[in-house]
Amino acid sequence: MRVLIIEDDAETARYIAKGLRESGYAVDIVTDGKEGLLQAVGEDYDVAVVDRMLPGLDGLSVVEMLRRAGKHTPILFLSALGGVEDRVAGLRGGGDDYLVKPFAFSELLARIEALLRRRGGAAVETLLREGDLEMDVLARTVRRGGQPITLQPREFALLEYLLRHAGQVVTRTMLLEQVWSYHFDPQTNVIDVHISRLRQKIDRGFDRPLLQTVRGAGYSLRATDQP
Amino acid sequence: MRPISHRLVRSSIFRAALVYICLFGAAVLVPVGVIYWTAVGSLTRQIDATIEAEITGLAEQFNERGVLGLIRAIQRRTKRAREGRGLYLLTDANYAPLAGNLSRWPDVPPDEQGWITFPLENAEGEGGGINLGRARAFDLGGWYHLLVGHDVRERLFVAEEIRESLAWGIAAAIVLSLIGGVLMSRKLLGRVDVINDTSREIMAGDLGRRVPVSGRGDEFDQLAGNLNAMLDQIQRLLAGVKQVSDNIAHDLRSPLARLRSRLEVTLMEAPDPAAYREAIERSIAEADGLLKTFNALLSIAQAEAGAPRRDFDVVDLSALLGDVAELYEPLAEARGQTLTATANGRAEIRGDRDLLFQAVANLADNAVKFAPEGGQVGLALAREAGEARVTVTDDGPGIPEAARERVLERFFRLEASRSTPGSGLGLSLVAAAARLHHGKLSLEDNAPGLRVRLSIPLQPRA
Repeated sequence: MRVLIIEDDAETARYIAKGLRESGYAVDIVTDGKEGLLQAVGEDYDVAVVDRMLPGLDGLSVVEMLRRAGKHTPILFLSALGGVEDRVAGLRGGGDDYLVKPFAFSELLARIEALLRRRGGAAVETLLREGDLEMDVLARTVRRGGQPITLQPREFALLEYLLRHAGQVVTRTMLLEQVWSYHFDPQTNVIDVHISRLRQKIDRGFDRPLLQTVRGAGYSLRATDQP
Repeated sequence: MRPISHRLVRSSIFRAALVYICLFGAAVLVPVGVIYWTAVGSLTRQIDATIEAEITGLAEQFNERGVLGLIRAIQRRTKRAREGRGLYLLTDANYAPLAGNLSRWPDVPPDEQGWITFPLENAEGEGGGINLGRARAFDLGGWYHLLVGHDVRERLFVAEEIRESLAWGIAAAIVLSLIGGVLMSRKLLGRVDVINDTSREIMAGDLGRRVPVSGRGDEFDQLAGNLNAMLDQIQRLLAGVKQVSDNIAHDLRSPLARLRSRLEVTLMEAPDPAAYREAIERSIAEADGLLKTFNALLSIAQAEAGAPRRDFDVVDLSALLGDVAELYEPLAEARGQTLTATANGRAEIRGDRDLLFQAVANLADNAVKFAPEGGQVGLALAREAGEARVTVTDDGPGIPEAARERVLERFFRLEASRSTPGSGLGLSLVAAAARLHHGKLSLEDNAPGLRVRLSIPLQPRA
């Protein structure tokens, strides 16, 4: 998997690149908007991380021109501008996700993986499976090892999101945005309680827990213990 | 500063006075003109009427006594006319004079009604110069020509006098209003100067200065009052900003200091991967806490800056309240608390959905945090008096009345709640969100516990 980083702050770019390389990605760094656009148009990247504010050509224009050039590379915007209108402008301009600085690397990694997954599935699957856990999204049923599990609507939505990103780390912020569709910063980790409720229902009585907590990052639903 | 005479001419008040003088002059000229033309016209009509009367008399003489009678009558009248202004001339068919006090028939042709206005050559009357006569000419059966008229010198005199006095009157009015304009402009300019001087002193850094108020209660006093109120507000805000930055410095410095010393101590200790790992993880947690505080401060600042109203959407508060209740219900249940949410119907307002959710979530968060184990937390929504009122209650320790204002300040925390986790920013954000939506935030005694009410107008202000 190849990732292009267009970021003028060399320190940030280096640290993101280091983290991504350790996670198994091939990373190219460009520090200037115009160079970045040429690089993104000329090569095939699986995902591009673009800073909103760049010398030469700003990040928003880079992405708009990239889209006009017919390139559909998933874009993750990085920005120090965290206002609602900045976020909306970024997403309207062709970005696929928006992360406000400062951010935790685990958050960035989780979002890049979510973007890669989103790109993969063109048709939306309605039968989801991880290990012996199965979900029928249309019939709204969940089974584990053949045993039916009853879930509340929100628990169902939560599990569906985790299943669609099975094997990846999803952060609390991603869950709030995607499952609760609010962009906010909870004072208490309310999400943890929802997760532990869900865990009670899907993991209780089974030897192998599926829903795992990833320290300092978030959660991951996976059938194996391998990260 | 330019001399006051220069500035006077450039001042808008003086220009307004000049415009006023021009309009005033025009307004005076119109009735004066009407008076002039009416007076002169009535004099002309009077003279014409006199001439008509003379003609009637002479026509009678001619009809009764023929040409000789007419000549005698003319001679009689000519004698009397020395004192008056009558003009008479009777000529034969070739315009040779037979009787009258005119030496020859005028060269001016008569108009359709036979009226002639002509210069008089006999300058015997007072005033001298050329006088004008007005007369009517008749053809008496082709044998004689008769001219009966009047000297119009009198009319000219009167017209001249009226013209002169009107001109003087207008000139006096313009001079007087010019003087008035200058005086008024100087007076007003003086009061504007006081405001300008005060503004300059304030800009130079003396924020405590205020514009003097004359006490007359006029519009300048109103302006001064408004400026002073604005200055008070600015001074209050500046004090608030200073307070906030002091608080931020204090509340961010402590965790940063902790973070730094932990890393420093770890570095000094014997290298041990497990200890390193633990120190790094704790440092990350500390940094996350700092980021959270930082983000909360940014959210408050954005809400307080009265940021983008164009991004406001229609938000159904009952749905939002339901979402908050749903999000916090498991947390309350884990603490053995009962969380109840009641909403009577939809309550739609225009607002920032995420910010409102954050605000109500902060209130729910506090309620769950401060309600005792097994306590009661209530979220309620009601529509009253054109407002949507979100009420969040708990049966915890509550907030003493004296501190209810202060808990809305950034970083302010009650001594009793120092041990519970929290940044001291939660209620500040709710207060900022309330202000952004033209709403109100009030804290009351729930006996026991705290009742927080967030009221937001249902109809947004334009």
